Amino acid sequence: MKSCTLIIDNKEITVPEGTTILEAAKKVSINIPTLCNHPDQQVKANCRICLVQVGPDKLVTACSTPVKDGMNVITHSKLVRDTQRGVLELILANHPQDCLKCIRNGKCELQKLCEMFHISKSNLEDEIDSLEVDESSPAIIRDHRKCIKCNRCIEVCQEVQGVGVLSHAHRSVDYCITPAFEKKLMNTLCVFCGQCTSVCPVGAIYEKDDTEKIWHALYDENLHVIVQIAPAVRVSIGEEFGFDPGTKVTGKVIAALRRLGFDKVFDTNFTADLTIMEEGHELIDRIKNGGTLPMITSCSPGWINYIEGFYPDLLDHISTCKSPQQMFGALSKTYYAEKMNIDPSQIFTVSIMPCTAKKYEAERKEMSSYGYRDVDAVLTTRELARMIKSASIDFANINEEDFDDPFGITTGAAVIFGATGGVMEAALRTVYEVVTDNELESLDFTEVRGIEGIKEAEVDLNGTPIKVAVAHGLSNARKVLELIKQGKCDYTFIEVMCCPGGCIGGGGQPIGSTTEVKEKRIEGIYDIDKNMKLRKSHENPAIRKLYEEFLGEPLGKISHKILHTHYSPRNEKLDLEYLQKQYEVAATEE
Amino acid sequence: MEKNIGNKNLIKDIDSILEKYDFDNHNLLPILQETQSLIPNHYIPEEVAKYIALKLNTPTSKVYDVISFFSSLSDKPKGLHVIQLCKSAVCRLNKYQTVRDILERELGIKMGEISDDGLFSLEYTACFGACDISPAFRIDNRVYGNLTEDKIIEIINNYRRFNHG
Repeated sequence: MKSCTLIIDNKEITVPEGTTILEAAKKVSINIPTLCNHPDQQVKANCRICLVQVGPDKLVTACSTPVKDGMNVITHSKLVRDTQRGVLELILANHPQDCLKCIRNGKCELQKLCEMFHISKSNLEDEIDSLEVDESSPAIIRDHRKCIKCNRCIEVCQEVQGVGVLSHAHRSVDYCITPAFEKKLMNTLCVFCGQCTSVCPVGAIYEKDDTEKIWHALYDENLHVIVQIAPAVRVSIGEEFGFDPGTKVTGKVIAALRRLGFDKVFDTNFTADLTIMEEGHELIDRIKNGGTLPMITSCSPGWINYIEGFYPDLLDHISTCKSPQQMFGALSKTYYAEKMNIDPSQIFTVSIMPCTAKKYEAERKEMSSYGYRDVDAVLTTRELARMIKSASIDFANINEEDFDDPFGITTGAAVIFGATGGVMEAALRTVYEVVTDNELESLDFTEVRGIEGIKEAEVDLNGTPIKVAVAHGLSNARKVLELIKQGKCDYTFIEVMCCPGGCIGGGGQPIGSTTEVKEKRIEGIYDIDKNMKLRKSHENPAIRKLYEEFLGEPLGKISHKILHTHYSPRNEKLDLEYLQKQYEVAATEE
Repeated sequence: MEKNIGNKNLIKDIDSILEKYDFDNHNLLPILQETQSLIPNHYIPEEVAKYIALKLNTPTSKVYDVISFFSSLSDKPKGLHVIQLCKSAVCRLNKYQTVRDILERELGIKMGEISDDGLFSLEYTACFGACDISPAFRIDNRVYGNLTEDKIIEIINNYRRFNHG
């Protein structure tokens, strides 16, 4: 490949042709300020913060301009600095400056830039749009007064997830980012995956904060408040307290949750093991008795929202199992309530999830089949970090503690639920041994690991080869669904996770979930699995006890009542009659 | 569900527009313009936008993006006839303001509004090339120039008579 030699701030450097000025500058240790630029996204060049000088009076955007041979780049000339300041002041003049009250205070890219450029107050008159904050959904809030129109949310919504709810609209001063016809999120097909909240550089779209609800419950002496932690949280929450991505901080989270005042601290992994028992047996049942195949996993609530909205005809393929979060909730109000002799109405079940869609899932009507709501409140990883900080807990130095019984004994199969391919691998470990009665030689199904969009594997079950697939990110899920729709799908079992990378890349995870960070979290997850004594769900002694004492058998009567459910279409139906009526008017008026 | 009223069937007409443009979403603008011309009150109802989105396999949000970007398209109903008054340089020299005042007085509405009987809406437009007969306005697709008070009143009354008769 051809290379280019250029000068950046008096330093000569040679880079391959096609390198952008931004990338080249990094090589000489200069980080040109950016705002719309995101490491996992396409170059947008719409914020104009990264302007650099490449000739007398000539400014170009460093993120989108490829280097040229003999180029002389100055990244902080007077012209550059004045222009960058001007750009920032213009953005700021149209941005509510209530930083101290903002959910992104301290984690805002615009705030960081203002700090860098020493802009506290601009001499431009403020012109803040008076737009309504969209608080319609239980998961995501949109405050588009704060939007800086970087278009990152549009890219995840349209390209990565293929949901297409957010797009730009109008022009000039009215230009904004909005769902079609300025609808509120709750009235759209939004799946509440929260990927938009994860890439937003400012506080224009964010998780609905439920921390006050939790404090309230913790202060209520009549309530028995219990908490469950999802597998993906334990390898990411450390980032909020200075640990590297992927660092396992399970023991510290447990300790912190006890200091916060939770009566019992449990592990969602327990019900992940339970999910494998139920889902595994459901798969075996469908294969044996001619049920709808391929069967698709149902753990990811964003994924459920997606198929309900976009492919409702394929809902029969979805496993009837509730997600581990909901199974935990259901057990907490039945089995656990009985065991502890506490009235279910006095149990307040909280879950800590990497996910915003879990908030929506917990509010579903389907999720209270026996008279009580499975899960009372859901906190994202970010919200839990917020609570720990506000309780002045020294997370970095707190001594590790262990989970409580009876929902604390778990396996490696459950922890890998947090990474793409994990549910599949966990299911295969169990299904293989249940069907063949043979012990697996190697527990690692490496074909289904990693961040490739769609992964395939084949397993031999007593002479019957079954093909399985794993998809993550909804645009990948869509490809698999199209195969099913066209009758070209020869998979028997499919795992789908809504978010790229699986739950470790969930929309509720600490800000800054780039692909690089996600890969480290995945490493952390498999590391925990490798070091577990038990690595197969069906060998979990606490699960065995649960079946003996309460559930009877997988897919049994009680399981059906509290651990399984059904989903319904929520697609937009076209009102064809309405279309017809419009034209009748036209016909009579001619 | 699709009832055919004579040979007028909106869905079929939209389908033939879509076919003409090969169901290609790069042609959203002409598709929407032609569709809007089929519908009274010069707008694209939400259901129509959704239908076109579905047929083009495009998110409704992108269809709305185009509708909201171009001023020739609207997502809200206008009057049965849209009066577009030019306020570009030449019409400014020829006092479009006088024309505006007469229109507002005669129709009893301000610029940007719809008359009570639903017959007219009033809006500004950029130059449409009728500078030789300035001041000028356009009603739907017809251009009227050399406007005087009498002429304006006559034009409006003609439209009123046409729609009541």
